[in-house]
This record gives sequence, C-alpha cells and structure tokens, in this order.
Amino acid sequence: MKFGVVVFPGSNCDYDTFHVLQNVMGQETVFLWHKEHDLQRVDCVVLPGGFSYGDYLRSGAIARFSPIMREVKKFAESGGLVLGICNGFQILLEAGLLPGAMLRNKNLKFLCQHVHIRIENNRTAFSQAGYKGQVLKIPIAHFDGNYYAPPDLLSELEKNKQIIFRYCDEKGKLSEEANVNGSAHSIAGLINRDGNVLGMMPHPERASEKILGSEDGQVIFRSMINYLEKKMGSGKKKAVRLVKPPVSPLPPLIGTF
Amino acid sequence: MIDEKILADHNLTREEYDLIVNLIGREPNLTELGIFSVMWSEHCGYKSSRVYLKRFPTRGKYLIQGPGENAGVMDIGGGLAVVFKIESHNHPSYIEPYQGAATGVGGILRDIFTMGARPVAVLDSLRFGPLDEPKNRAIMDGVVSGISGYGNSFGVPTVGGEVYFHDCYAQNPLVNVCCVGLAQKDKLFLARARGVGNAVIYVGARTGRDGIHGATMASAEFGEETEHKRPNVQVGDPFKEKLLLEACLEAMARDLIVGIQDMGAAGLTCSTTEMAAKAGTGMEINLDLVPQREAGMNPYEIMLSESQERMLIVAEPDKVDELKRIFSKWDLEAVVIGQVTDDERLKAYFHGQLVIDIPVKAVVDLCPAYRRPARTPAFQRKITRLRLPEMPSDLNQVFLQLLASPNISDKEWVFRQYDHMVQVNTMVLPGADAAVLRLKGLKKGLAMTLDGNSLYTFLNPRRGGQIAVAEACRNLSCAGATPIGVTNCLNFGNPEKPEIMWQFKQAVEGIAEACRRFEIPVTGGNVSFYNETEGKAIYPTPVLGIIGLVPDTSQVPAAGFRGAGDAIILLGENKEELGGSEYLRLVFSEEKGQPPVLNFDLEKRVQECCRQAIRSGLVRTAHDLSEGGLAVALAECSFKGPRRIGFEVKLNDQLRTDALLFGESQSRIILATRKENARKILALARKMKVKARIIGRTGGRNMVIWHRKKKVIDQPVDLGYRAWKNSIPDYFKIKKT
Repeated sequence: MKFGVVVFPGSNCDYDTFHVLQNVMGQETVFLWHKEHDLQRVDCVVLPGGFSYGDYLRSGAIARFSPIMREVKKFAESGGLVLGICNGFQILLEAGLLPGAMLRNKNLKFLCQHVHIRIENNRTAFSQAGYKGQVLKIPIAHFDGNYYAPPDLLSELEKNKQIIFRYCDEKGKLSEEANVNGSAHSIAGLINRDGNVLGMMPHPERASEKILGSEDGQVIFRSMINYLEKKMGSGKKKAVRLVKPPVSPLPPLIGTF
Repeated sequence: MIDEKILADHNLTREEYDLIVNLIGREPNLTELGIFSVMWSEHCGYKSSRVYLKRFPTRGKYLIQGPGENAGVMDIGGGLAVVFKIESHNHPSYIEPYQGAATGVGGILRDIFTMGARPVAVLDSLRFGPLDEPKNRAIMDGVVSGISGYGNSFGVPTVGGEVYFHDCYAQNPLVNVCCVGLAQKDKLFLARARGVGNAVIYVGARTGRDGIHGATMASAEFGEETEHKRPNVQVGDPFKEKLLLEACLEAMARDLIVGIQDMGAAGLTCSTTEMAAKAGTGMEINLDLVPQREAGMNPYEIMLSESQERMLIVAEPDKVDELKRIFSKWDLEAVVIGQVTDDERLKAYFHGQLVIDIPVKAVVDLCPAYRRPARTPAFQRKITRLRLPEMPSDLNQVFLQLLASPNISDKEWVFRQYDHMVQVNTMVLPGADAAVLRLKGLKKGLAMTLDGNSLYTFLNPRRGGQIAVAEACRNLSCAGATPIGVTNCLNFGNPEKPEIMWQFKQAVEGIAEACRRFEIPVTGGNVSFYNETEGKAIYPTPVLGIIGLVPDTSQVPAAGFRGAGDAIILLGENKEELGGSEYLRLVFSEEKGQPPVLNFDLEKRVQECCRQAIRSGLVRTAHDLSEGGLAVALAECSFKGPRRIGFEVKLNDQLRTDALLFGESQSRIILATRKENARKILALARKMKVKARIIGRTGGRNMVIWHRKKKVIDQPVDLGYRAWKNSIPDYFKIKKT
C-alpha cells in the first residue's frame, strides 16, 4: 500500500506518522507538500497533527485553503481513504469533510496525556482489526479537542454509527472524568457517512511501538492496511512488501521546491 | 552628546565609556554606544563572571564543542552528535510571564538549530513564589502556558525539568530552559563569517521595535517600575520558528551555508559583530535592506531590536539564489543585506550614510572583565548553625504533609500542558528522575535531567553547587545512563554586592570541582545576575543540565514499583543530616544548618553500582533519594508505577527517626528487583564497596515503615497519592461562581 502524509506549514507530527507507517508498519510512504496538487497515486492520505499555519485562527481553519486540500477533497469524494489525526481531524472539520466543530478543552488547558478510547464500531476501514468494545491506550495532545455538534447532528451520528471512538476509563466505562476534554458524547473519533474519512484526536502514531508504552495505535493502521489490501486484492495485484529502509534517528528532508 | 544620563540609561560606567572612546579612537555616536552597551552588558559580555567561569573543566572524551559557540556539542557515536544548552529568561518572565517564557523557549531552540541540530527535547527549571499568593499563581500559569504555547506549536517535546516554590522567587521567578538537539557530527555549523566577499543574508521574521535593550534589562535589578519595561519583552511566533527550523536545516543539508547565527539577545548587533570577530573578518551591511515590520525605524532601533525568529546567514554569492528558493518554499524572507569584508570592522549604512563604523574585536573580545570584590555574608554563620527541634510526635502525619508540599508533590498539572511525546522518542515521561529518549533505529538512547537545590546553595554555596552536579548525575544513573556533558544556568543576585559575588564564586568552584570529579566537561551555559527586586536577592540558584548516554534502552528501569513482592534495596547510607531539608523548612520553618555532606568517591561508587545493576538487567525500579528523603522516595515509587502499590520497610539505623525518614543524605538510591535477584545485586554492591541492604518489599495497599520495631509510618497508598497528586491542581481549581 502507498500512504501519503500531508505536510502543511506547522505540521509537526508529519515525520512521526511517516516513521510509523514506513518503519513500523512497513508501508511505502511519501510526504505530500501542501503547495502541490499531485497526490502521487497514494492509496490513503493522512493529515497529521501539528499546528498548521500556527493555528492562530481556529485550529485547521487556514489549512483547508491549501492547494493540496482541493485534491484531498476530490480524493475523499471518490471514496479514497483519508485519516485525520489531531490537527488533521480539525482540518477535516474545517474543510467540511466531517461534520461538527472543536471547542477549547473543558479545563481551558492544553492536554498531553495517555487516555483510553473504546472502539464503538469495528465495521469500518479504520477499526476492523479491533473488536467492538475494545479499549485502546493512546495519547492525546491538544488544546482544542472538545468536540461539539448540535443535538440533531449528534443523534444522526449515533444513529448512523459514525462515532468510532469514545473516551473511556481503562475498563471501558464512560464518565465525565474520562472524557478529559469535554467532548459531546465523549467523541474521540468520527467517520463520515461513506465510511472513508476518519478524524480522531488521539495520536495512534504515538502508541505504535512497545518502547513508547503502547502498541494499541497499530489497530488503526492495521485496519486500514487490511482494508486496502482486500480492496486492491480484487483488481490490482497485491502490493509486494517493501524492504524496510534503514531507520535514521534524524528525519529526512521534506518535499522539493 | 553622550552625557551621564545617556550612559546610565545604557548601564555603562564612565570608565567603560572612556575605554570605548579609546578603542574606537573617537566618541561613539548613539547607535554605536547602543551596540557597545548591549555587547558589554552582563548578559552578553559576562563581565562579572568570566574570570570564574574559566575554572570549569571544558575538556572531555566525547567533547566536540565546548563553551563559546551557540551551544555545546558531544559525540555520541555512530556519526551523531548531541547539541545542548540552557538559558535563562527570568526577567522577561516576571514582567510578562507568557511571552517571557515563550521567547525563552524560542531563543534556546534557535541556539540549537543554528548549529545544524534538530531540537529533540526541551527541559525547564522553574521557580516561583508560594502558590497561596494569587500573583505567584498568575505568573506560574503564564509561564507554563508560554512554554506550552511555544514548544507545542514548534513541535519539540518538553520532556522534563523541575518546579520549586520559595518566597525568594515571588518577585523574581526563574525560568531556565534547556534544549537538546541531534545532529550529524559532520554537519555542524558555526557562527563564522568566513570568506571575504560572501553574502550576508537576513532570514526569518521582520524587525520591529520589540525587545530593544532586552539584554540590558536583564542586566539590572528591578525596582518598582517594572511595568514600564513590558515593551522590552519580545513577542514569540512559534509557527515562524518552525518554518525557520525547516528552512535552515534544509539549506544546511544542501551545503548552502558558510556560517550562521541566530539573532537572540542584542539581535543584529550580536550576530554581525560576533560572526565577524570569530572569523577574523569584517562586515558591511545596508540597514535600509533589513526587512522591517514598522515604518520609520532608525539605525539604533534596527541594530538593537530583539525581534524573534530571525537568523543571519553567510553564504557564497553563487548559492544565494538557491538559498532564497528554499526560504521561499517555507514562506520566509531571505534578503542579502551586505557582505563579508576583510577590514575587521562593522560598517553599516543607512539612507546612504555611514552610521556605524567600529572594530568588531573591540565590541566582542574587549569587553572588560571584572574581578569584583567577594565577601562572606554576615548572616552565613548564623544560618549554618542548627539546633535540631524536638521531633514531632506524629511523623505519620508529617509524611502526608511532606507529600503535599508543592516542592515534592506531583507536577503533572505542569507537564501535561506540555506536549512531551511529539517526535515519538520519549520513553520515560516527565516526572521520573531523568527523561529518556530513544534514538530511532539504534539500541542506545539519551537521558537528560535538570537539577539544583537553592536552599542548599544558600546555606553552603560550594556544597550546593557540588550536590547539584552529583544529584543530576544520580538522576541519570537511575535511568542507567552515563553522564557525558554539562550545561549550567547560574542564577544569582547583584554581582556588584560582595556577598553575592562570594556566593557565585563559591558555587562555581563547587560545580567545577564536582564536574572534574565526575569527569564531565562543561560545554557552556548561561549566567543570570541581578535577580533582585527592590534590593532583595533570590537564593543563589545554580541549575545543572546534564546529558547521559544509555547504552541499551531496553534496560531502562521504571521510576515506580512494577509489582508486588519485589525486594526493595537501599544503596548507600542513612545519616543524621537534617540541615537544609524540606522537612525542616516545611514543618518548622527552619532554613538552617549545613546541607548534607557529599563524598565524591562514595557518590561515584553508588552511581556506578546502580548503572551496573541496571545493565545486568536485574533492576525493575530505580529512584534516587532527594528532597523529602527516604520516606518520600519510597512513596514516589508507590505512586509512579503502572498500578499504585504499597510497601513495607524495616529499618534499624541508630539515628533520629525523623532524620532517617526525611533527612536528605546524599549518595543513596532505591532499587527494586524480583526477590530472587536481590542477592545478585547485593553481591555486585559488595564487590564495588557500596553499602547495600534489603530494606523491605513491595506490596499491599499501605505504605509502612518500621524503625527499631516501631511502626512509624502507616498510610494508605491512595490517601498519600491524593495528597501528592492534588496539591498543585487544588491551587488552580477553577472556582465556579
């Protein structure tokens, strides 16, 4: 499979996501520069975390105007797989690819900590490697992760099973305390109606290696790889597993000019 | 005409002025005077400290770059180098906490990436007045938000540090920020304007009127009028800094840069003169070409502005176009403002006129150095005499009181506002003795810590300095790391007062001796004097930042107990030492006595023993003993594990129970290991001539300590945990109205 990680100015989890996809999950991965229009025929686009354009306006509000976003939108509309993590989720909301909006965390502070999220619906391209009710330990790191949607939209999301992850305690129970940022219906991750665009505030790329304390984030990446492999399996021949390139402690240069 | 008032405004003495006239052969104009005043300020010129800083050992096995560059550099093998430095931003953080702290982070990040390194971690050492004062809470809230706002957006993890509270910081908080970067050893860049005819290029943010005379401000005491100094504090833009980082690293990777320096304190002045002086060249620049944020700026303002997120680059003329393309890719300006010359002078033109013409060496290298008088303070003898108060009857209650002391209690309220995981390298999260980063693709890792105890240093500056080094090394040893290099931030009062100078001199000598004994070079750092408000100085506060190398990251032990039934081993000896302890301060309001004794040989053996035990793969938990002593260290192990777990410890030492529980004797470490491995660790300790014994075991829901068959501590883990956990957040609870 070929993954594309979009680099906006101010993205700062771009290399983290790249590293996990390429070096941990063993997938071909490329950076997609925000000023470009070419998606390089990737099978999946990831909008990584960070502070695109500094997030001086609403988080993600400027990034949606980036040239690459026009292509990402087209890609999503034609059924392509798009994952937005943290700032990527905020961008998807601002771009209208997912419904709702983000408010400041309920304690009005930036929050970086491990949280637990529960898989609410495992019949999606992003969660099929897990089981319903499974509790994942994945960190968050955001200021604006307090998901908001009007009541009728929330009931629609519930009805359509678009809520994929909810904040919970380590046993899988929902509570006000476990819902650290105050999100409506404890929403941590959300999918679009067509099931090909997921936004989530927790960072699966920060929980994909044992040495960092959790590998639960791999569930999301593995789900996507499985889904894509199955989908490709019918038409295209199966992608050959790549020989892993040597891993460097320092990230490579991003993009061209 | 330069009169006494102008000199006073520039913090220059008449003698210094005469020296300037002498050096340049005429009276300087106001802009030139401004240049000398910032470059010769305490902050940039180190005039009171330089003679003493020479005592630091600056050579070592892994050293690539010692003091004198933007940051120190150590070789960590495999073609990699670690670049690190600490800086203070105390004065600005008091005046404007958010921006003061934010730009403190911004400044030190630039120091690191200007050398070609990617910042991989930030640690901060923070000191505030007591939290029951609303103003102190406001300052702390602002500082933490500022660090968080800048570091998080830039994308560097803030992985550790320390937070302390004391009255002496109420009017003068300390914000010391340390940054660690990673570089390829053969791709390091220096601040040298080499190559006559090479282009001088200004990159990054535009120049505004902010921060003019920031360095001078940081070199004077505060009075009542600090409000007026708010405009001296710069405003940070972490987004621009992130772009600047990527653009600079890309230009460096493509070999387009000859020399580079960030514009921090003293802005364009410092970068032009220093780069030229270090290369033995000169520089000619046109101030009209400097990108400006506001109209009508004069040469004085352009040269002295401390606007953030700017860099000065020297490049070969034929590389300029490619350089510009890279900066424009990252939406940044890159403007040629001049060229390198061979006359060793800085010449600047403004509206076609020569407005600056001074020898760079005079500005950079000939700043006077003072051996200021030093005298033992009159109070010194009084404070070191301690009559131990009678022991309180209920030590079990005192134990809870200590756990809830903000100096000891949990700091999660602070560090969860920092993104401490970005870059996916943080193995050991904040709150442990040392932060540990893995290096992707490699077995080894980096450990880092900041440490300082100002009460010890107040009571005995020399020993306080020694202990700061020893404890930082001990923190690293608890992560299994070998200390390799040091940076330090020396926060003191007004050096023109002989008592302050004495504290400084003593502390520096203590640090220097300890670094020699631990065989670790000092690679640079920062001196922050004039930490006084209305004549009242802070306690002398040296903060040590030490980097360590972990040979195998898979062996890094946890800071907390990992399970029930583990044997708890104490390395080192308990002594009756209560001087300078958090216990005496908190319970008896006594800040007296001698801080604990430090025996270097013993300390080194204990640390080596700890490292070897860890490297033999036997250690599950390791934690050093510091503030609050043995009882608090054990409690912290209870709280910090994956699951909170109690312990039962039995002690028979012949000393006062309070000293045994809460005394802060040095050279002690707690290890926990599976029961069956305990004897192997004891044997190892015996071999290394380190006292070690099994003092108890983990398990249960209570924290229990026996002393000579008497149960002296028995508290439920959960109760202690709540006292420890909620202390700081409770001060900041949002009150519902």
